[in-house]
Amino acid sequence: MKGFDDKARLAHLQELIDVVLEEAKSRGASAAEVGAHSDIGLSATVRLGEPETVEHTRDNSLGISVYFGQRKGSASTSDLSSTAIRESVRAACDIARYTAEDEFAGLADPELLATEFPDLDLYHPWELSIDEALAISKECEAAALAMDPRISNSEGATLNTEAGVGVYGNSNGFNHGYPISRHSISCSVIAKQKDEMQRDYWYSTARHYEDLEPAVAVGERAARRTLDRLGARKLQTRQAPVIFRAELAAGLLRSFVSAIRGSALYRQATFLLDALDTQVFPEWVHIEENPYLPRGLASAPFDSEGVATRRRDLVSDGMLKSYVLGSYSARKLGLQTTGNAGGVRNLSIDMGDMDLQQLMREMGTGLVVTELMGQGVNTITGDYSRGAAGYWVENGEVAFPVEEITVAGNLRDMYRNLVAVGNDDNYSGSVRTGSWLIESMMIAGE
Amino acid sequence: MLEIAQQQLLAPAGLELHHLDKVLDHLLSHQVDLADVYFQSSRLEAWTLEDGIVKEGSYNIEQGAGIRAISGEKTGFAYTDELFLPNLIEAADTARAIARSGQRGTVAIESRTARHQLYQPVNPLDSLTREEKISLLHDVEQEARHQDERVRQVIVSLVGAQDIVLVAASDGTMKADVRPLVRMNVHVIVEQAGRREQSSAGGGGRTRLDYFTEQQRGKQLAREAVRQALVNLEAVDAPAGQMPVVLGPGWPGVLLHEAVGHGLEGDFNRKGTSTFSGRLGEQVASPLCTVVDDGTLEGRRGSLNIDDEGTDTGYNVLIEKGILKGYMQDKHNASLMGVAPTGNGRRESYAHLPMPRMTNTYMLAGEHDREEIIASVDRGIYAVNFGGGQVDITSGKFVFSASEAYLIENGKVTVPVKGATLIGNGPDVMTKISMVGNDLQLDPGVGVCGKEGQSVPVGVGQPTLKIDQLTVGGTV
Repeated sequence: MKGFDDKARLAHLQELIDVVLEEAKSRGASAAEVGAHSDIGLSATVRLGEPETVEHTRDNSLGISVYFGQRKGSASTSDLSSTAIRESVRAACDIARYTAEDEFAGLADPELLATEFPDLDLYHPWELSIDEALAISKECEAAALAMDPRISNSEGATLNTEAGVGVYGNSNGFNHGYPISRHSISCSVIAKQKDEMQRDYWYSTARHYEDLEPAVAVGERAARRTLDRLGARKLQTRQAPVIFRAELAAGLLRSFVSAIRGSALYRQATFLLDALDTQVFPEWVHIEENPYLPRGLASAPFDSEGVATRRRDLVSDGMLKSYVLGSYSARKLGLQTTGNAGGVRNLSIDMGDMDLQQLMREMGTGLVVTELMGQGVNTITGDYSRGAAGYWVENGEVAFPVEEITVAGNLRDMYRNLVAVGNDDNYSGSVRTGSWLIESMMIAGE
Repeated sequence: MLEIAQQQLLAPAGLELHHLDKVLDHLLSHQVDLADVYFQSSRLEAWTLEDGIVKEGSYNIEQGAGIRAISGEKTGFAYTDELFLPNLIEAADTARAIARSGQRGTVAIESRTARHQLYQPVNPLDSLTREEKISLLHDVEQEARHQDERVRQVIVSLVGAQDIVLVAASDGTMKADVRPLVRMNVHVIVEQAGRREQSSAGGGGRTRLDYFTEQQRGKQLAREAVRQALVNLEAVDAPAGQMPVVLGPGWPGVLLHEAVGHGLEGDFNRKGTSTFSGRLGEQVASPLCTVVDDGTLEGRRGSLNIDDEGTDTGYNVLIEKGILKGYMQDKHNASLMGVAPTGNGRRESYAHLPMPRMTNTYMLAGEHDREEIIASVDRGIYAVNFGGGQVDITSGKFVFSASEAYLIENGKVTVPVKGATLIGNGPDVMTKISMVGNDLQLDPGVGVCGKEGQSVPVGVGQPTLKIDQLTVGGTV
């Protein structure tokens, strides 16, 4: 993928934003804000050793919100031609004539806008030809196929690389952006044993290709995960301790964030309502957000309203220390924004001393979950019930793989009854944790 | 349709039909088996009412062209949001690079009208005035609030979209479609003695927005959302373990979508990665089961006049009396498997590659009354509403999550139970369907199906049915 001129694109989007803000003003808007991004990418898939698809992506988008006093209208377009942009601004302004006055609507408070823009090392485009990209995918898949004769089929391996720029501007004089890159390698293979077929995958993603797991390692891990499923059986329905492997424990952290988000709070749609400064996790738990992590997958100096982001504790000593708010929900709650419009940025929980083996020994007999299926998380009640697969552990050792079971409980109890967090954060993602050992959950099976 | 598409898609960029020949010829100068150009222009408008005021409105434009070249099992793909000829040629250059250069072909595309006209080429955005849209939202909200004093929060959303597509392909295809789609959703939160529960009800289809004012359909959604939320206030912990499960008619058809639908998509079967691969003609479900995928229902959310490759949609029998009859195909997979495309080639947008996808997937009615079916169960679950589901097409394991369910005790529906995930193995569960109701219903028009990162609107349906044994993921 060649020929992405990030500086020119950035300048172009910033100019476009000025034009859009001017256009909104001339249509009578008292305030306006615009987010825009532009990126190009290449995705190359190899299946069973042969090139399967080569996709060239090229995505643009521009979104505008206008305010006429306390009335708001929004529009967005994937087409950045002046005709489409004018149509968008006009539509947003028309809509604002029909929406109601909302005393909480409006731009972020100007004094909270970011004034420093440190280089977070997020832009490392990968100048790959199509053939080079296909070669990496091929190497990845070949490593998986070579692992074991039972790896009998493949859904392929894909190398994906993207480079782009994102800009945010508003009528309080803010207009800033920066380039980012993102690369990934993924592989999904199928193992067969008698009549049984199992599939699993692995992937690695990073801002800089140097930080990716090697293609061969991704392929081998995909194969190992798939092989580990062979011979899976159901379990008898029972109550037992459960380990959520690290990449799935990250999902439990994300559910926690959903429950302390501004929109869930002002709607009273969360089981963690009024939980600020109360014990949510055991005393030893510390969870922080760090938007300034170099090369971080979710790093950003400002949020989607231009508000400066901050490194801070969400949980310390097991107590909830902060909600996750944007300007709108903060005003509804009578609080100040936490710079989280658009989400949390690089979340991590302090890890313990035990690796997965030691966690299993600590657990003794119980379930290790390696896959979760379906939604099954109710944020308003905390009720949790999801499909699962993994392996059964007896006396700290793997006994046999299991599948077609569910794990169920309530998130409030699961957080409170967290026994240990492992140190095995061996996956890609902006939410960092090791595996979680939870005291007890209901497992439904036979 | 073609005139509308030409006017809205091609004319603004100064394109004429013969330019499309030129782009396809350019693609065919490489050793390409099939090439196509897909133009799309979409407008979507959404409104949201919350806290008693219409606080959000948004308008979205999406337009561009996707260009694909296929050679054997290889696919090259590129797209552009600028519809001028040089941009199209550049994208074609990129897409055809997958194939060796050398072959020389010319294409004579011929415009044909689609066999079906399942919806009018209306623009839903204009089908109500903005004042009418606002007042519809307020009426629906008021209806919800008036149902019960335990209603604490009501969020109503209204979405109208028009999608204009035109596809020209090297096999001579040249077709256009103008697709309306509307949807309303009502979300309520109720509270009683400190306990809060929520519920949603939604509906819509390929029609105009006044669909929701006619026959009080919008207000009906409000009443339904409140009813479900109040039921949940009384729900007790769901049981855990294997037991008989009776599924209500309509939306619980998400069972079929997950348990068999995805596994019967042509791409997985060509690659041999589905648990249903190579099983045509075999018994894969109980003889009571006949399952179809039907893109030809009038006005339904999952219906299409043509699929996104220009193939007329069809009424495709997937399973007949328990025997596997056919897969759902797009052009590419059909050609590699030596069968005809079935009108299931769909894509999220011009920026995505088409693949075999479902339209409206449902099971035909059987002969039992609902009461008879429930009466046959000693202890089990009666599940009537669901959230989403998910399937692993290779192992056949699938889940779907109940959002409204009841205990059945001694042949009678007794207390509501909390939402729980149900898990099973597709081919295994289908053989355990022991009773099929006479009350076939389609869902209200809310389905969204995700596959490989692409979302498309779909429909599901089924009569009441009984599964002798399914694992229920409760807590007690």
